[in-house]
Formats: sequence, structure tokens, C-alpha cells
Amino acid sequence: MTNKAASSGSSNKISTFVLAVTYITLILSIIAIVAGVTAFYEGFIEVTAYLLAIGFIALALSGYYVFQSRKHVATLKIETPKILTTIECIKCGIKSTREFQRGDYVYKELDKCSKCEDTQVITAIYREPTLKEKEKNPTA
Amino acid sequence: MMNMLVQPSILNNQLGLGSGDPILTIISLLSYLFIFVFIFYGQRIQMYVMIREVESSLFKLKLLKEEGRKTAIETINEIGKPTADPSSKVDRYLEYFTIAPQNMDPSGIVHKLDHILDVRDERLKEEVKLMAPASDEVQVYNLENTLEAAMALNFIYKVVRHYYLQGKKTLSLYTIMQLQMILPLVMKEAEAYSSALKAFAYGQPIGDGVGPLIAARLMHGHEVRKVPKDCVVATVPFENRTALVTKAEGPGGNVGKPGDAVKALIEENRGKISAVIMIDAGLKLEGEALGEIAEGIGAAIGGPGVDQYKIEEAIMEDKIPLYAVIVKEDIGDAVSMMRKEISNAAEKAIERVKDVVKERTKEGDQIIIVGVGNTIGVGQ
Repeated sequence: MTNKAASSGSSNKISTFVLAVTYITLILSIIAIVAGVTAFYEGFIEVTAYLLAIGFIALALSGYYVFQSRKHVATLKIETPKILTTIECIKCGIKSTREFQRGDYVYKELDKCSKCEDTQVITAIYREPTLKEKEKNPTA
Repeated sequence: MMNMLVQPSILNNQLGLGSGDPILTIISLLSYLFIFVFIFYGQRIQMYVMIREVESSLFKLKLLKEEGRKTAIETINEIGKPTADPSSKVDRYLEYFTIAPQNMDPSGIVHKLDHILDVRDERLKEEVKLMAPASDEVQVYNLENTLEAAMALNFIYKVVRHYYLQGKKTLSLYTIMQLQMILPLVMKEAEAYSSALKAFAYGQPIGDGVGPLIAARLMHGHEVRKVPKDCVVATVPFENRTALVTKAEGPGGNVGKPGDAVKALIEENRGKISAVIMIDAGLKLEGEALGEIAEGIGAAIGGPGVDQYKIEEAIMEDKIPLYAVIVKEDIGDAVSMMRKEISNAAEKAIERVKDVVKERTKEGDQIIIVGVGNTIGVGQ
């Protein structure tokens, strides 16, 4: 639920015009750096210095803005974790896992075990680690 | 005379304005402009960058707050089957506040706070019952927790917005800077409450429920009886000792009053209790592993401090040793759906409790084991 609202909201928040200006500045800064390098080989040291200075300043500013906008969009996307329920037969120890259903709780008694006819119970309800958490901690 | 004519041209050259090339002169002038702009307006530019960052977080907080309100209303409509639209009642609930007792004369403040919290709890439960007449007791607890999470999101949003607007109005760099510095932590907490909303609405266990989960594992299959307030206890044979295992009554979202429960159990078994062991979720520091078990001394219990006080008071008469076992997790994990690592840590914590019992008590002794935390999604 949160994902949909958040992603649609984020697209409205970042202005397309500002983004276009940023990308144009980014391209111009790269052109300035290339021109600076060319001027250096042609012997115009002073011109090289100015072009490189302008190029790097513009690159830093536009790069920062692009990075911030991407971070902004990325942080608005909240992953919906998968919730699993572990069902166990206490007598014969058979374990099975299924997705969480509303009304599940730990130590809730369920249907009889297909093997020993004893009552099965829910022994754990947990969420699987999200992709971000797995990246942070691969052993999770 | 010669010197006077030469000096301006040297100065021009040193300033980068004497090359004769108009483009280079413009670039030089622009560079100076940049330098002066950054000298005089650098702080303001920095502030605008910070304001933008705060704005972006505020926007996200607003989304989370609205999502919280929406989830609460949807859950009430789904479970409670109200006859009228509960939106206005939910809005009123979200603005609910509690005033802590006056602490100028701190004597007796714990009991005053306890009373105020009791009144608050009952009042909020009654509100929930009015909003959702078709809900049973467990659902009332879960709905109350859902609304409290929505209330927390609403409060966080309003506080951040207050400081943001105040900083913007006064153009105070330091107000905005302080806000920007604590925002990552605030956002983490808000995201945790946001994911807790769904857990509460669906009745799923949360990270804070690891204490009750461990207690439930110990007491499962044994006769359970109620103890004050909102707690249950089971007498369990444990490592050749008798353990009175207690936790909040589940599976509804409830923390109970472990202070009252421990006090009642000590009074019932006056002089017979040789140790009290408390199991709770403890805040981990960055770098520590999630689900790590640690052991210590004292009352492992959070909250406003009322229960901690009552437990400490109860053990003092017989000088009962008080041990604590904690499962480490951060604030985000504590209020959001229980992670697999925390669920798995329950077994390791039981082993640690066994070690404590074997090392610190004798065979045949009677002990109290308390599973502290919100028991949502954990039965007994």
C-alpha cells in the first residue's frame, strides 16, 4: 500500500524542468572538461584552467542534484516483506511453512497432523529479510 | 612616473584581468563573483540545501502519516463493522495526549503516573470499542496498537514540521541543522512505526515480542492462569527447579503489567522465590549482531519505569536476586514485524536462561521467569 502511494507521489515531487536543466548542465560540464583537455594540448594553459574549473564545478553541482533526486526516489520505495508462518506437529516433529494468514498467532492450534493425527500448532511467525537487509547481512 | 603606469597593469595581470581576451576577463570576473557569493551567502546556500533535504523527509513523513491513518480506518471498518464513518473519531484519537504528573515533589510520583497510564489505557480502549463495536477483546488490543502506531507517526510528522517551519521562518541555520542531523534516526523510527502498523493491524508478532515468545515456548503445554494485570502464569518444571513463567496475555497486542504480576507471584510464594529472571528485547548498538544474547543484572524492562519500580520494590523485601537476559535488536526491529533472526534467537535465549538458572540457583528452588514485551501475535 505504502509503495504505490509513495512512488506515485515521488514522481510528482521532482520537477521535470529542474531535472532537464540539471542533465543539460551535466552534459555541458562534460563538454567543458573535454574542451579544457583539448585546449591543454593546443597550449592554451590559462583557458584549460578555466574550462576545467568551470567543468568540474558544474559537474559537482549537477551530479550532487542527480544523486540527491535518485536517493529521494529510492528512499520512498519501502519493500513489503514476506511474512511466513511455521506450522509444527509437536508429536512427530513435522514442520511446514506457509504465508501468514490473518488470525494466525504463535501457539494457535490448527488441523490434525496427516501423519500422527495429533494437533498441529503454529510455532513461529516471522518476516523474511528484505533485499536491502540481505545485502547488509548476507548470513541473514 | 614609470612605476605608477606599470602598477595597474601588474595588478590586472595578478587578478587575471589583463590578458586582453574578453572571454578570459569575463571568466575571471565570474570566478571572483563566485568567491564573494560563497563568502557572503555560503551559509545561506548550505541552509537551502539542508532545507531541501528536510523537505524531502517531511514529504515522506507526511505520506507515512497519511498511510497510518488510512490503515487504521481501513482496519476499523474491516474488523469493527462500525455503523458510521470512523474517520472523525480516528482523527480525534490521533490528537490524544497524556500529561505526566508534576515532578516538583517527586515523592509518590510512580503511583500517580501508574494511575494516569491506567486511565489513559482504559479511555483509549473504550474509544476503540466505540469505533469498532463488532471487535472481540484480542481485536480491540490490536486496533489500539494500530492506532497508537498511527498516533506516533502523526506526532513525529507534526514535530518535524514544527521545527522545519520554525527554521524556515527565522532562517536559523542551527535549527535546520539540528533537525537535519537527527532526521536519519527520526526517519528510521517512523519507517519502523509504519511497518508496525501492518503488523498490528494483522496481529503479527513484532520484534519486541521476543520476551513473551520465549515465555510462551517455556509455558506451552502447561496449565495457564491469569495474574494481575493482563498477564498469565504457568508453573513449569525447569532444570529440576520450579519456574513460574509469566508473560502478558496474548495473542492481542498487550504488554500487560509485569510489575504487578511479579509482585503478586512473590506475595503468593513469600520467602520461596530464589531468583527472578527477566527476558526482554534490548537495544543493540551499531555493529552488534541482530539477535545476539546478553546477560546482566537488574530489571530488563522499558516503558515509563512504573513496572521496573514495582519489580525492584517487590524483590527488595526478600532480597531476591534479579537477573536479565536480553535479545539485541535495534528500535526499527523492535516495533516492526519480527525478523527471522529474532525468532531463531529465542532458542539461544532459552539456553542462556538455563545456564543462569543452573549457575545461580539450586535444584528444587522456585524461580520466576518473566517474558517482557508486547505479546501481539503470540499466544500461550
